Amino acid sequence: MANQIKSSISFNKNARAVGEPFVWFSGMGLALGVGMILFLLGLIFIKGTDVFWPKSVALIEFKDTAASYGGKKIAGIITKTQQKIGRVILETQASQDSTDHMEWQLFIGNKDVYGYNFKFFDVDDMAKVTYPKDIVNIERLEYGNAIAFPVMLKFDNGETITSDQSFFRKRLNETVRTVEQRWKEIKVIEKKQIGAINLKLSHLSLKAKALANQSGVNEKALSVIQDQKRVLEEQYQTLAANARALRELQKKGHFIYKLASGETHEIVIGNLIGFHYPNQMSWFQKFGLFCQHIWEFLSQDPREANTEGGVFPAIFGTFVMTVLMSLAVTPFGVLAAIYLREYAKQGLLVRSVRIAVNNLAGVPSIVFGVFGLGFFVYFVGGTIDRLFFKEALPTPTFGTGGILWAALTLALLTVPVVIVATEEAIASVPRGMREGSFACGASKWQTIQHIVLPAAAPGILTGLILAMARGASEVAPLMLVGVVKLAPNLPLDGIFPFFHLERKFMHLGFHIYDLGFQSPDSEAAKPMVFATTLLLIALVVLLNLGAIFIRERIRKKYATGAF
Amino acid sequence: MNDTIELNIEEKEHVMIDKTPSVKTHQPDRAQPSEETFSACIQVKDYHFYYGDNRVLFDVNFEMPERQVTAIIGPSGCGKSTLLRNINRMNELIDGVHHQGDILIKGQSVYDPTLEVTEIRKRIGMVFQKSNPFPKSIYENIIYSLRMAGEKRKSVLDEAVETSLKAAALWEEVKDRLEESALSLSGGQMQRLCIARAIANQPEILLMDEPCSALDPIATAKIEELIYELKKDFTIVIVTHNMQQAARISDWTAFFYLGKLIEFNNTKKIFVNPDQKQTEDYVTGRFG
Repeated sequence: MANQIKSSISFNKNARAVGEPFVWFSGMGLALGVGMILFLLGLIFIKGTDVFWPKSVALIEFKDTAASYGGKKIAGIITKTQQKIGRVILETQASQDSTDHMEWQLFIGNKDVYGYNFKFFDVDDMAKVTYPKDIVNIERLEYGNAIAFPVMLKFDNGETITSDQSFFRKRLNETVRTVEQRWKEIKVIEKKQIGAINLKLSHLSLKAKALANQSGVNEKALSVIQDQKRVLEEQYQTLAANARALRELQKKGHFIYKLASGETHEIVIGNLIGFHYPNQMSWFQKFGLFCQHIWEFLSQDPREANTEGGVFPAIFGTFVMTVLMSLAVTPFGVLAAIYLREYAKQGLLVRSVRIAVNNLAGVPSIVFGVFGLGFFVYFVGGTIDRLFFKEALPTPTFGTGGILWAALTLALLTVPVVIVATEEAIASVPRGMREGSFACGASKWQTIQHIVLPAAAPGILTGLILAMARGASEVAPLMLVGVVKLAPNLPLDGIFPFFHLERKFMHLGFHIYDLGFQSPDSEAAKPMVFATTLLLIALVVLLNLGAIFIRERIRKKYATGAF
Repeated sequence: MNDTIELNIEEKEHVMIDKTPSVKTHQPDRAQPSEETFSACIQVKDYHFYYGDNRVLFDVNFEMPERQVTAIIGPSGCGKSTLLRNINRMNELIDGVHHQGDILIKGQSVYDPTLEVTEIRKRIGMVFQKSNPFPKSIYENIIYSLRMAGEKRKSVLDEAVETSLKAAALWEEVKDRLEESALSLSGGQMQRLCIARAIANQPEILLMDEPCSALDPIATAKIEELIYELKKDFTIVIVTHNMQQAARISDWTAFFYLGKLIEFNNTKKIFVNPDQKQTEDYVTGRFG
């Protein structure tokens, strides 16, 4: 019996599982995708952080035979080396040697003198390249950086310190700190205190205008307002005088320096923001300066048409707008999804609504911008102005672009994502759980509130994460509803009512576009573009990580295993 | 299977049931439920039930007595669960259902239009085939029905938790970890938790839809013990596939087949000397 059974089953030992090579294809596909992402992130990271690292300054002496710079010297940071392209190579040169002719791009600074920051120079014209220890890279308030040899510090009280004296550097450091402190005080006086007074004054003017528009002229009220205005004007004068005095102090001192070409220049000390001796610094000092540059980039306001300074207002604006948008889209989207899934009778109408919502996700974002402009800005904003801010007209308050309208427009843009994710999450709550709740005597809304929504919370948060990522990176609609190149103040500040939702704001995405394509000096702006791109990616990743963290916490609490 | 039923239709002896020796169960002399102690709690009158156009219950008429266990048995698809779920109107969660006839609880129709369905469900507790604790703490699970009814006083809630868990024979096992997730319990414990949750609001009626079908024999025995204790305070209706279980724990049995009530009588009579041939065929295992 056993012998008969033994040979009746035969397995084909030579056969291979069908489709095995596809494992390799799918692996390759994944590797390619991951590789591209890493390459992109790496490129942005390297080029973005490169701009903050302090670099050495070269001093170049040209040969006497050089075309335009014969015998002259120039100092700068070498930013690019490449072969000479598009230049006419003299036949004599071409026949004499077979070496490559290189050219260097230098950042020479001193825009007030030369008119430009970057210039190409032929290596063939260069006689000698040195790295002098005493050359200094000075950050200035106007016209960008200056690269020069310091000569002396001259104060109005007659004190002069020349650069060869031992305590010159210390004194220069102190001066820069003092100047920085004074600028901070001036900013507090002008932006905060005078700003508050101006706000109050404008409110009073509007009140007076409202009274004047009334039928009977109310003398008493008008005179009260005039008195208040007088008091405020006096305060304003005092503060303005303080600010003026401080600004005068910033001019009471001069810093004199000599360019590589030999010319001497002088600037008031108020113009000094910082300085460093690039060829003298150790790696640690450079790293310290690197971190300091990054910090300044993140915390300061932009200067020189956004090509210098920091991007803090853009970071702040992006962050506030994303938060406002999330606050607007979550209740709206979740409630819509609850109705669609739980309450609406599942028939043709509900299916069409669902299809419409899904299609909304594919509408180009600029269309939302136009809708936001027409509906939110002109219609709703205009109505609000007519009802509540009549006196300010024709200057619009809410009838123009602002952070509130931008947040609402983007909320509309991302609501389909939230609705779809919430519907999926609600549908995946097990039926047994709902039945248990009903059997306990809960009504439909109680079941939704206590059982369904908490169990669906991780899925809802996933939808919110996707919405935030999409909203934080859209730029086109924002341009129509409230983003500007340079905003005078932040949408959130210390002056009552603290939330100024009608203000225009700055946005990192728009900042990148502005730097890259609208800036007068594209070479100077290029490194900033990379740095700002890196920052925008980092900000979105941070927001997403925050939401993911919250989702994991909720998932652990309500472990159903579904999401 | 150590459970056996010695059944001889000619003998009218009391049925002896063997049990696995490791599990002790009460099997005292039960007083025979007589007509005098039968006071109707749930009445099903001329009841027909439809899923859309499909009629699944045909002219059902019987009464379930107060404070006793009524078992509803029958082969798959005969409408037992449907009838059970109609007592607390759970089938209305499905679209397109309708009925004819009435179900009354102590003389009051459950379909009374002036009565909010949530009120009916608060007076009836239900335990499902697959235990469905909420993903909350054990404490929150038990007090869920009280919370939905609006009870906020902590003293009342605490007492309800202790009473229900003791009645469900779960108190000793979980009293130190009431704040832990209910999902961390074993299968049998979860079902007992669901029973505790169902009785927390002190309903009069307890409906159980095959509560032990997903449990191992030891957990099953524990729950059967529980049902025997609970019937002192609650009217229990239990749907079960397991005939032996029905024979063990119920006082009255209703046999359904293809949506019709074939026979309703004392459990002993149904299993020893049923009136209908179909009943006899089913309980002797001629069809399943």
